[in-house]
Amino acid sequence: MATILAKEGAAEARSTDNVPEAVVVRFAGDSGDGMQLTGGQFTLSTALSGNDLATFPDFPAEIRAPQGTLFGVSAFQINFGSTEITTAGDQPDVLVAMNPAALKTNVPQLKAGGLIIADSGEFNKRNLEKAKYEVNPLEDGSLAKWNLLAFDISALTLEAVKPFGLGNKEALRCKNMWTLGLALWMFDRDREPLIQWLKDKFAKHPILADANIAALNAGHAYGETAEIGGQVKKLHIDPVPSAPGLYRTITGAEAISLGLVAGAQMADLPMFFGGYPITPASAILHYLTKMKEFGVTTFQAEDEIAAIASAVGAAYAGSLGVTSSSGPGIALKGEAMGLAVMTELPLVIVNSQRGGPSTGLPTKTEQSDLYQAIYGRNGDTPMPVIAARSPADAFECAIESVRLATQFMTPVMLLTDGYIGNAAEPWHVPDPATFKPFPVKFLETTNNEGGKVLPYKRDENGVRPWIKPGTPGLMHRIGGIEKAPDTGDLDYAPATHQLQTDARKAKVDGIAHHVPAQDIDQGTEKGKLAVVAWGSTYGPIRQAVRRARAKGLDVSHIHVRHVWPLPANLGDLLKGYEKILVPEMNTGQFKTVLRDQYLVDAKPLNKVSGQPFTIAEIEVAIEAALA
Amino acid sequence: MNEMTSIAVKTTLKDWESDQEVRWCPGCGDYAILKAVQRTLPEIGADPAKTVFVSGIGCSSRFPYYMSSYGFHTIHGRAPAVATGIKLANPELDIWLVTGDGDGMSIGGNHTMHFLRRNINSQIMLFNNEIYGLTKGQYSPTSRIGTTSPTTPMGSVDRPALPCAFALGAGARFVARGFDTSKELSNTLKAAHAHRGAAFVEIFQNCIVYNKDRFADFTEKAVANEKQLWLKNGEPMLFNKGTQGIALDVEKLTLKIVDVVDGDWQGAGVIVHDVTNRSVAHMLVELPMDLFPVALGVIYDDPRPTYEDEMLAQDTRAREGKAANLAKLLAKGQTWTVANAPEDQGPLSNV
Repeated sequence: MATILAKEGAAEARSTDNVPEAVVVRFAGDSGDGMQLTGGQFTLSTALSGNDLATFPDFPAEIRAPQGTLFGVSAFQINFGSTEITTAGDQPDVLVAMNPAALKTNVPQLKAGGLIIADSGEFNKRNLEKAKYEVNPLEDGSLAKWNLLAFDISALTLEAVKPFGLGNKEALRCKNMWTLGLALWMFDRDREPLIQWLKDKFAKHPILADANIAALNAGHAYGETAEIGGQVKKLHIDPVPSAPGLYRTITGAEAISLGLVAGAQMADLPMFFGGYPITPASAILHYLTKMKEFGVTTFQAEDEIAAIASAVGAAYAGSLGVTSSSGPGIALKGEAMGLAVMTELPLVIVNSQRGGPSTGLPTKTEQSDLYQAIYGRNGDTPMPVIAARSPADAFECAIESVRLATQFMTPVMLLTDGYIGNAAEPWHVPDPATFKPFPVKFLETTNNEGGKVLPYKRDENGVRPWIKPGTPGLMHRIGGIEKAPDTGDLDYAPATHQLQTDARKAKVDGIAHHVPAQDIDQGTEKGKLAVVAWGSTYGPIRQAVRRARAKGLDVSHIHVRHVWPLPANLGDLLKGYEKILVPEMNTGQFKTVLRDQYLVDAKPLNKVSGQPFTIAEIEVAIEAALA
Repeated sequence: MNEMTSIAVKTTLKDWESDQEVRWCPGCGDYAILKAVQRTLPEIGADPAKTVFVSGIGCSSRFPYYMSSYGFHTIHGRAPAVATGIKLANPELDIWLVTGDGDGMSIGGNHTMHFLRRNINSQIMLFNNEIYGLTKGQYSPTSRIGTTSPTTPMGSVDRPALPCAFALGAGARFVARGFDTSKELSNTLKAAHAHRGAAFVEIFQNCIVYNKDRFADFTEKAVANEKQLWLKNGEPMLFNKGTQGIALDVEKLTLKIVDVVDGDWQGAGVIVHDVTNRSVAHMLVELPMDLFPVALGVIYDDPRPTYEDEMLAQDTRAREGKAANLAKLLAKGQTWTVANAPEDQGPLSNV
């Protein structure tokens, strides 16, 4: 969301007579129809026009699912407005359906009275059968509770690009630009940035650039010349009143990559990123390969285990070691995380959570790896866990992960999810001059005059020194086997293991005093109900709590970034509320953690459909809790 | 090996001994290998501060604790992956990887393959004792068919892996063989160190507790002449005091044993060892032990560019002319500027 300039609630009043303060548009089509690209470009145009926004790309796991099938539908939802936007919207106001399957899978969510724009050219017998429609829904009146606008976008596109002599298949690929042109007209947008983008994209194929621009213009003109016939009115959504400064759109994957780079710079370290391709985490590896001038080395390993093991090796050699994956890959990395905990080497492990277990829902979102992050290793193996709440927040969380890892010589897990990773939102670009660096100091001369170096001598925070191999005179051996204090010599005497297990736990527990105190996102320090959550549920909870408070309900919102160790004041804070509600996209993991840590009667609100919470779902739960 | 270590540092065997008590079984072949390594390092002018021993899990993997260099005892099978990260983060370090037949061929087989394929500059010593020692004697991926063990009371039925054949198959550019008590081991290790790239050395090692004398049929003095084929680049492949040699069976495209009369090895068709001949290397490592002597020494040595050299060159090219400007990086892409806000919008609140 944007950095909004307004008192809470003030933006709500901005809605004028006929113009809504926010609109939700969903583009849905076949995997091959270019819906993600259409959505991405519409997002940029929305950002450039100054609206606040949030997006939700929702695509199948198959790369090219069979055409026209229900499981091959790819959708992109965007919520934009003149007020603060924190979710991609509960229900679309406008659904663009490029084929029958897209209509069938998406129309149930469309708001009553909403608008359907459908490409009637694709509603042929074959496609209707694939979508399991017995009769054409455009003609049987079944869509009566919505406004329906059906015309042959395919034919109109073919007509528009005729002068460029493309083959039928190539010409039809311009359909998404035609649709985008119409959408830009509907929301009074400037076409120029998009035309420029098309020219750049197809610089080597000017014919394709011209054809796409012609399709875009034709779609726009179609709206302009009112061939639509009064059903659709041009709508201008005012810019959101944002804090002055420079903005860009950012996805979670971009934000994490940038945050890691910024963190490495602040720690004054080169970064080594060991990765292995996995959905939805690969995007981070892709971004980082292009940031070599920041001292970033990326390595595509042979498997998830080698990806983390190489990062552990790089950390041992004095780089910021980073690895990234999603649930199944994180499971494979577990043993090496234990090695990093045991040897006390800094490491950042990014987990882009997806639906589980096993392969689960590779392209859908879930928060079900919390137990895995906090507890999921053999032995007593404590590790700090940080959870990002939104794409923009992921930037700060990545920096915080680097800070904790390097300042406390520990692996840190950074939790994000498929939704945060792929979703985009406006980002108030920060000025690096305002960042507070935390440069790493390696041990360069002995810490034990007259004796051998003590690689496991702890400081007042229980942190051992970081010693780079290659440093003269400080040769020592480390390993995953239990070790004596100070010397690190192999030692598995009973008392040693007790002492070292306690020391590792105390170090990580102690981090709770070195992270910001838990704040209250909205509401009061004491009250009837606190909604306590973590991660990407932030957006819908924020809006739901805002609405409930506007209705006069006594509800507060606490959103936890440091999910392990929990901030030192959280326990006392929670005791100030009569009831605690914990919405999560899992079966109640954080709820259990809170109950365990504070003996509070936290109540769960769970959803594991692979889709984010809607605002309404949380609002209903708040009302029920207070009823 | 690399440029840094080629700047010779003066050390003695004692300088490489750590203060840790060695915990292998008395009589274990590992002791002899440890001494051979500690004897070799001063001879090649290695610097303890720039030398890193990296190991996995198993008896052999305790090795780093006994060396007074830097050392990392990692997790089972993953030493090649950890070593890759170390080398990429600091290519100046001289890496010695210590692994075993279980660690390197079984649980870590995948990493061994990719480490060799990438050709990370380092020395890999695979101690092959054909048994799992530390877990008390189960058969290993290199155990011969019929090996009885706690997990194969009726004898193992799976065919053993041949580490050197595996290494060649994975694309290794240096493959050598030695055994624990051999006086030649030090020379083989020196050659491995001199090779720029991943140098793979299989060392037959006697596990006196669980697989005693497994290799005696070719390591014992009494049979050494007829069962050991010591290879030297540019020299004929002779054994048994020069009375026998290895020749190419042109009909079958295999190697065969020929008798050499009065030293006329040319006449007998004995071939000259060429360490860059990959085809012959494949044949040598697959010679059946019952019919042939065991090929020992440097079997194959033909360097290719290393992964880290190529990667660093690419990184350098990518960085050319680019400054690390974080502010610019953050502001990349399509951006827009919000001008100063009108006064009536109230105080700035970060949400």
